[in-house]
Amino acid sequence: MRELALFELNCVCYCSHPPEGCKDFQQADTEHLSRWKRWKRTSSKSLKKALSEVKGFSSYLVLWRHDIHSIEGKFGTGIQSYFSFLRFLVLLNFIIFILMFSFITLPIIISKYGIFNNTIVNISPKYIDNCTIYEPSGNKGLVYFYTYLQDLLSGTGILEVTSLFYGYYTIDAIWISTMRYNLPLAYLLATFAYLALSLLWIIKRSVEGFKQNLVHDADPFQSYCNKVFAGWDFCITDPNAARLKHRSLQCELQTDLQEEKLKQKIAERTMKEKLRIYSLRIFINIIVLAILSGFFYSIYRVTVFSQENSNDVDNANFQANLLVQYLPSMVITLANFIGPLIFSFLIRFEDYTPAFEIKMTLLRCVFLRLANIGVLLFSLWSQISDCGTDKCKPCGYNYKLYPCWESDVGQEMYKLMIFDFIVILAVPLFVDFPRMLLVTHCSCKLVQWFGLQEFGISDSVLEIIYGQTICWIGTFFAPLLPAIATIKYFVIFYIKKICLKHTRKPAARPIRASSSNFFFLLVLLIGLILAFIPVGVSIARIPSSKACGPFRNFNTSWEVIPDTIVTFPTGLQQVLFGMASEAFAVPFFMIICIIMFYFTALARAHKRVVEQLREQLVLHGFTFQEMLMCDLA
Amino acid sequence: GVTFCPKELHGRYYEMAPNVVPMDYTKDPDVKLPMQLIINMPELKENPFKERIVESFSEDGEGSLSFNDFVDMFSVLSEMAPRELKAIYAFKIYDFNTDNFICKADLEKTLNKLTREELTAEEITLVCEKVIEEADMDGDGKLGYADFENMISKAVLHLQIR
Repeated sequence: MRELALFELNCVCYCSHPPEGCKDFQQADTEHLSRWKRWKRTSSKSLKKALSEVKGFSSYLVLWRHDIHSIEGKFGTGIQSYFSFLRFLVLLNFIIFILMFSFITLPIIISKYGIFNNTIVNISPKYIDNCTIYEPSGNKGLVYFYTYLQDLLSGTGILEVTSLFYGYYTIDAIWISTMRYNLPLAYLLATFAYLALSLLWIIKRSVEGFKQNLVHDADPFQSYCNKVFAGWDFCITDPNAARLKHRSLQCELQTDLQEEKLKQKIAERTMKEKLRIYSLRIFINIIVLAILSGFFYSIYRVTVFSQENSNDVDNANFQANLLVQYLPSMVITLANFIGPLIFSFLIRFEDYTPAFEIKMTLLRCVFLRLANIGVLLFSLWSQISDCGTDKCKPCGYNYKLYPCWESDVGQEMYKLMIFDFIVILAVPLFVDFPRMLLVTHCSCKLVQWFGLQEFGISDSVLEIIYGQTICWIGTFFAPLLPAIATIKYFVIFYIKKICLKHTRKPAARPIRASSSNFFFLLVLLIGLILAFIPVGVSIARIPSSKACGPFRNFNTSWEVIPDTIVTFPTGLQQVLFGMASEAFAVPFFMIICIIMFYFTALARAHKRVVEQLREQLVLHGFTFQEMLMCDLA
Repeated sequence: GVTFCPKELHGRYYEMAPNVVPMDYTKDPDVKLPMQLIINMPELKENPFKERIVESFSEDGEGSLSFNDFVDMFSVLSEMAPRELKAIYAFKIYDFNTDNFICKADLEKTLNKLTREELTAEEITLVCEKVIEEADMDGDGKLGYADFENMISKAVLHLQIR
């Protein structure tokens, strides 16, 4: 609300003497109350004071509070919202890590130290065959030094048998005195829990942004006057903030003028021109689809190639092996880099309004990034479920190449995450830093025209959302992945901060914080919902590997739940099975739809009421002014 | 929100020119500080309209403020001042040529101050036309006080509802 201060200065000096009659008034008031009420009042006052002190103290505990505050002051609220978003992701990943660690890894570690008894998974006889042969390379004794590096970077070898990956969790149950801690069930429930937690937390955060977006859109009424006469914030005393405000006002006015011009142009279009524009748009969309398919196909082929050649463990050439392993990540990163450039080039021909151009480009980039991960997973699954020529007969999946396929998927996600981290570290170091040095020390015109890199908020946000989606998908297959993600985002915060201060200049077009916050969370939500699909398919469709992991006894990972429900009392069983049947699901779905329609209608009605009230206030104010003027006359 | 006591204001006025401003104001001395000192105050330093603000409050119209003018300025700028008073002074501030109308030339100067002259001449003309179109009620091509007050009250009300 700072922007609304019309001719108001916050003077630094203030009076420390309270108004004279104040204290006497308060005392006189309390004399009339009974002792009970007096006690209530004083206790509520002290409680409020205590609460405000706790709030004040806990605000000091907020991570990076001072850093984000100073960024907001120097670079504006748009960039500050990016850093708040980073902080949110650090916390989210940390909580997910605590969840997975305490429910899954910690019991195993405790039981391995002998504090509790545990039972290892017993495999039923029908599977004992080739399905259970699983020999991770582990520690083979004397190896070259670089195999450790290779293992660290690709998650194979030593790392494969650690608690990082799914294959480590072979314990079936842990006995705490007489209670049985069902580990497979805990694993599955923890997975659902972290997905649900992320969903609820994101929705909670986006509710505030959504409320603002719903009630207030761009105000067409008197927008120029508002900007010219009521645009300047008289409370600004910092030169950087002033510079930002000047620039934002300039950009807002320019954008408004551009939209105005474009609207006029659109209105004046002849039928012939409209046809031309629409056919051009269709053509460009086809080109975009073709480019996307090209990317997807290349990712598919590269993944298949990488999988086929990296299973060749005897490959002695360290660098070639690493290259082959990282080939999918490299291709995906390349696609993520080239795609947005092509999209922003193409959209100029489509002749949209500037605001819509931005939205359209962002939409296409988001789709590209998230679909790339999807294609990678799809190609992995096509390899794992490659059941031609009876490759999967005993076990339901390609057991020869993938004795422990969950660990393999986990490794791919791990590689993606590590490569993403390396790229985010490398770009400032090898691109931005030299560029900044060139620009500051070389005064030749070409270099100065090139200038510093802009801090593109949308690109940076899409980067971290891409990383977070990988983390969500990968946590089922590699339970300690959130820890890596936490560390990664923690480091990224400082890198981006340094980048912002020294090597980049803020975007020419300042972005509003409220709309951008909502946009970030919306895209994050899309990423999360897309992450449900691979995890869901892995749990429910693909048979779990019989050679490793906690679900060796079950057909699919999901089967733990029906198995557990069978052990419940019959009444409860019937209720739960009833809930899963169609007779319940269809009416439930219909009721949810009705409730949703109700709330949408309510929101629309509220919006209408707000508009009406606003108009009334304006009219009321106008009439009041008129009355005043008549009075004076 | 803050209030300030006259003592604090006197302190601020004094410290801008300690060898000119007397400590004792009982004899109502005739001391005026030039505009250059006032517009360097931290509260006004970054304000694009600082010169106009100081000019509107100065009695001689040249920008030098006596202590009374100084107090007037801060009381109008504070939160406590009534909106009508603020509107009167706002109109004075935006009226660069002091002809009691905000004409196109005044608007152009306002825009240039707001955007630090980054807009092109064509853009400035367009925005000025739009502003006059939106706010001019009596159709004389410039904003009189009535037009301005009407527009400001609508602006404030609109912004407050967000």
